[in-house]
Amino acid sequence: MVHGEYWTIKELFVYPNEYIYWSVQIVMYPFMTGLVAGAFVLSSLYHVFGIKQLKEMARFALVFSFALLFVAPMPIVLHLQYPLRGINVFMTPHFTSAIAAFGIVFSTYGAIVASELWFLYRKHFVEIALPLKEKQDKGLLEWLKFFVFCSLTLGVYDISEETLKKDEKAIRVLAAVGIPVACFLHGYAGFIFGSVKANALWMTPLMPVIFIMSAIVSGIALCMLTYIITMELRKWLSDRKKGTYPRLQSKEEIAGVEVSVIRMTARYLLMFLVLAITLELLDLIFRGYTAVKSWDVLRSVIYGKDFVDIFILQYTIGNLVPFILFLLPGLTIRRTVLGVCLVLFGVFMMRWNVVIGGQAFSLSFAGYMHYHLPIIPHDWETFKEGLGGALLIGLMPFPLFWVISRIFPVFNLKETH
Amino acid sequence: MINRRDFLKNAVKGAAGMALPLAAFEIVNPKKLFADKSEASKVRWVFLVDTYKCVGCGMCVKACKNENEIPYDANVTRTWVERYVMTKDGKTFADTPKGARDGFITSKIDLGLGKFQDIKKENIEKAFFVPKLCNQCENPPCVQVCPVGATYQMPDGVVMVDRSWCIGCGYCIMGCPYGVRFFHPIYHTAEKCNFCYHRITKGMKPACVEACPFGARQIGNIKDPNDPVTKIIRTERVGILKEEFGTKPQVYYLGLDREVK
Repeated sequence: MVHGEYWTIKELFVYPNEYIYWSVQIVMYPFMTGLVAGAFVLSSLYHVFGIKQLKEMARFALVFSFALLFVAPMPIVLHLQYPLRGINVFMTPHFTSAIAAFGIVFSTYGAIVASELWFLYRKHFVEIALPLKEKQDKGLLEWLKFFVFCSLTLGVYDISEETLKKDEKAIRVLAAVGIPVACFLHGYAGFIFGSVKANALWMTPLMPVIFIMSAIVSGIALCMLTYIITMELRKWLSDRKKGTYPRLQSKEEIAGVEVSVIRMTARYLLMFLVLAITLELLDLIFRGYTAVKSWDVLRSVIYGKDFVDIFILQYTIGNLVPFILFLLPGLTIRRTVLGVCLVLFGVFMMRWNVVIGGQAFSLSFAGYMHYHLPIIPHDWETFKEGLGGALLIGLMPFPLFWVISRIFPVFNLKETH
Repeated sequence: MINRRDFLKNAVKGAAGMALPLAAFEIVNPKKLFADKSEASKVRWVFLVDTYKCVGCGMCVKACKNENEIPYDANVTRTWVERYVMTKDGKTFADTPKGARDGFITSKIDLGLGKFQDIKKENIEKAFFVPKLCNQCENPPCVQVCPVGATYQMPDGVVMVDRSWCIGCGYCIMGCPYGVRFFHPIYHTAEKCNFCYHRITKGMKPACVEACPFGARQIGNIKDPNDPVTKIIRTERVGILKEEFGTKPQVYYLGLDREVK
């Protein structure tokens, strides 16, 4: 069977070679990159602009962004017909293509996040490595731990007051440089779509900006969600272990910090949400007002075939409802969880409506294509470009975050910055 | 310990010292190298479709599929024929069942979703067929968007795909406004019409041109003023498809209608 034929249903006049070639993994790609960029911007709000209330969240967001970073290119790998040739993009980049910049942008961004993390956790590495170095009879696990942390110090054991101040400065610079690079990383994902002149729905210079705004929204939302989950776990643990470890923070202490951090972050979420919706509506109004040749078919898709996806699922459930939830006074944790889940869903639907919606009509402007997500896979292709593949990508950051947080602990760290 | 001043000084010196021998090197553009050896290509392949002559028999599609090893029953094709029917009440119908591989054997219009519309003969205002193939654009968006350079334009204008280098991202398929590209069902790389490049470079005609019993399809060299195709393009009123995309397509049509998509 031809690639794409399995999940595409054609209606009216569609060219014979047209199928929905970019399926759910291409929806996941901007969604995941958006989360990376958003989480980083959130952490930079503290490091660069010194928004003190976000301090607790900043370190968390940075580590989470690092975990997400490894997942971001995975959807592309699952989507490629020749995943092993993906390296060609780095080896023989063809620079007139937006995708060719991926190698450069992605590695620059990765380097920035990694170095910022290193400066942030340098003291922590030294504090673990030094005592292990002196210890005489190390067990196997201790050897391993020693090896990992000793390598991570990169041979620098100086943690005097003066050097730590320098570290702090380096973090600030890296975070500041990181903001435009993070925006570029995601803006360029928007550019990949916005620059396709053949596609009437995608082609708009607003696309990169819309992508950046919704990226920050989704990144903040996911950080809030993961933060709440970890805090709740800590509360639960502190309840259980109270007897054995009296130095742990009490349940009430944790809850107090949690609510104040969440309320503060929610304000930034709202701000970016408003920006994102404004731009998206501007795009829609502009298309309707100028009504160029493609508008007839676009209108029938936007107001007809995809009405539920766009106006009910994305704008109402994904944007309007959480907007009201966050605006109502006395924000509680439970309400926040509901709100951020809806926001994440809304951003996902926005990506869906761009990627799948952009292929819902034929290049002939006289026919339509309907996408049916493969749910039960019957071969590798229907798995990786179906529900299974999408879920795999969606869940991957969480175990990764757990692994990474073994090395970069996000809580109960002795105060460094 | 080196101080900042010395470090900067030495860095500048080092960079300058390195730049001197590096200046002797030049990044060689393969295209330029090619152009140096041979003069600019004397050939620019173009295609001419006379829609008045096309009867929608589908011989061209059959021939193309066989010649270019596109699986016969796969629902993709390098070339295809579209049927347009305009009714007296102002409606336009168009279809291309299986790319017209088997011709148009029924008067019913394929509406997709398994539905067909029969149009009574007395209701038809006008009807015609339009063969389609790759336009070998002068400004090809597919070449522009390929992230690895696996699709490229020959000096004679034909756009080719390197099956050994294509990563299968599908960006070129998305970038083509004419929908001529697809993934090859067996090789799983981007695939498209290349005017039967293996034939035209050996003095033969493309399979579809050869197979057309009515001479609706012709290939020519626009740089040769004596070429009969060039003469027609220069002297008659020809049209091109989707001019608004700025791709400068090089497949010219006689008898194009405004309803042609």
